[in-house]
Amino acid sequence: MKLAILFSGGKDSNYALFKTAQKHSLVCLISLISENKESYMFQSCGNEFLKLQAKALNLPLIEVKTKGEKETELKDLKKAIKLAIKKYSIEGVVSGAIKSNYQSLRIQNICNDLNLYSINPLWQINEKEYLSELLKNKFEVAIIQIASYPFTKEILGKTINEKIKTELIEISEKYKISCVGEGGEFETFVLDSPMFNKKLQIISSEKIMESENSGHLKIKEIKMENK
Amino acid sequence: MKTQNVLILDTSYEKNSLFKDEFCMPIANIINQIPNFKYEIKHYSEKINFENYDKIILSGSALKDFEYLESLNKFEFIKTTLVPILGICAGIQIIAKTYETELKKCKEIEITKTITTKQNKLFEGEFETYSIHNYSIYCPKEFEIIAKSKKGIHGVKHKEKEIYGVLFHPEIKNKEIIEKFINL
Repeated sequence: MKLAILFSGGKDSNYALFKTAQKHSLVCLISLISENKESYMFQSCGNEFLKLQAKALNLPLIEVKTKGEKETELKDLKKAIKLAIKKYSIEGVVSGAIKSNYQSLRIQNICNDLNLYSINPLWQINEKEYLSELLKNKFEVAIIQIASYPFTKEILGKTINEKIKTELIEISEKYKISCVGEGGEFETFVLDSPMFNKKLQIISSEKIMESENSGHLKIKEIKMENK
Repeated sequence: MKTQNVLILDTSYEKNSLFKDEFCMPIANIINQIPNFKYEIKHYSEKINFENYDKIILSGSALKDFEYLESLNKFEFIKTTLVPILGICAGIQIIAKTYETELKKCKEIEITKTITTKQNKLFEGEFETYSIHNYSIYCPKEFEIIAKSKKGIHGVKHKEKEIYGVLFHPEIKNKEIIEKFINL
């Protein structure tokens, strides 16, 4: 089956890509470039470096801009998927949706309208086991945005390792939030995965805070390295 | 208490597809959290001794996937076994087809309001459900309707046996239904 993946550059779409690639042929990445940081559907942080990830993955990237407003972004998503059908004859769309009914139902509806398979390999995944799987499979995942107590700027730019994993699990248990950031508590950017031919390294960045528990890592320069 | 063994029967188009992760694992994760129950996931194409299990759950499958219609003989056990069965989405469609009724066009890809129409052991009243289907069913004569939405049948139960079918996905928004079923 020829598939496209809805690709944000974060851990969920990259891990869904990894799982899918073991069984199907992935032919392109689809990214919606959202101008709205509060988008219900799409990550907006780190978008400017998606092309580098696509290069590391050796996959073509379809980028469509969206204002990120609640329902018009769905029209933009449909437009992007139609483009993938035209260019790459895709038969289905993969997403990294984990718990969001809002996200998954909208993707299911669009795929149903376009007679495509909608595939969600991380749907309802056990979140703690998922974090372990990321580390076991040597994903290098940088935290690039936070939007929830008790996260502070100290964690911005850090990559998830055993210590951070333990902290995320402790925080999720103490504050009853998702340890994988499913509620938008934090966003990530993948620097390396088993699917990358080259790894990425952040050379220059700046932490921009809107409040004590909300802010992002503005990445200024990334370089690609041989693995 | 003796550990009970629940079979999750994967109804998707092939063994070990990504739809196993999407439609079977969420059910497995619920069972994992309930003491004294364990689960096995098997694809319907496998040779299975259904009498080895205490409960059987027929999983859902992708909206576009109707491969199971080509292999309905694999589901004949539904009519003969005394093991309690819960069919989810594709599962209720399989139950209907096994009892020789047809599917009925009914598109619901949304959070739906499900209304209990007959008292039963799994749910009561009105409640929100996660629905992704293009077809509901006509109720087989051996069954009674236990739930409906505005658009069609949402739940049936065999009149004499513990065979249930629900069109919505209880593993997403109504996990207690899975718990009640395996505790029957």
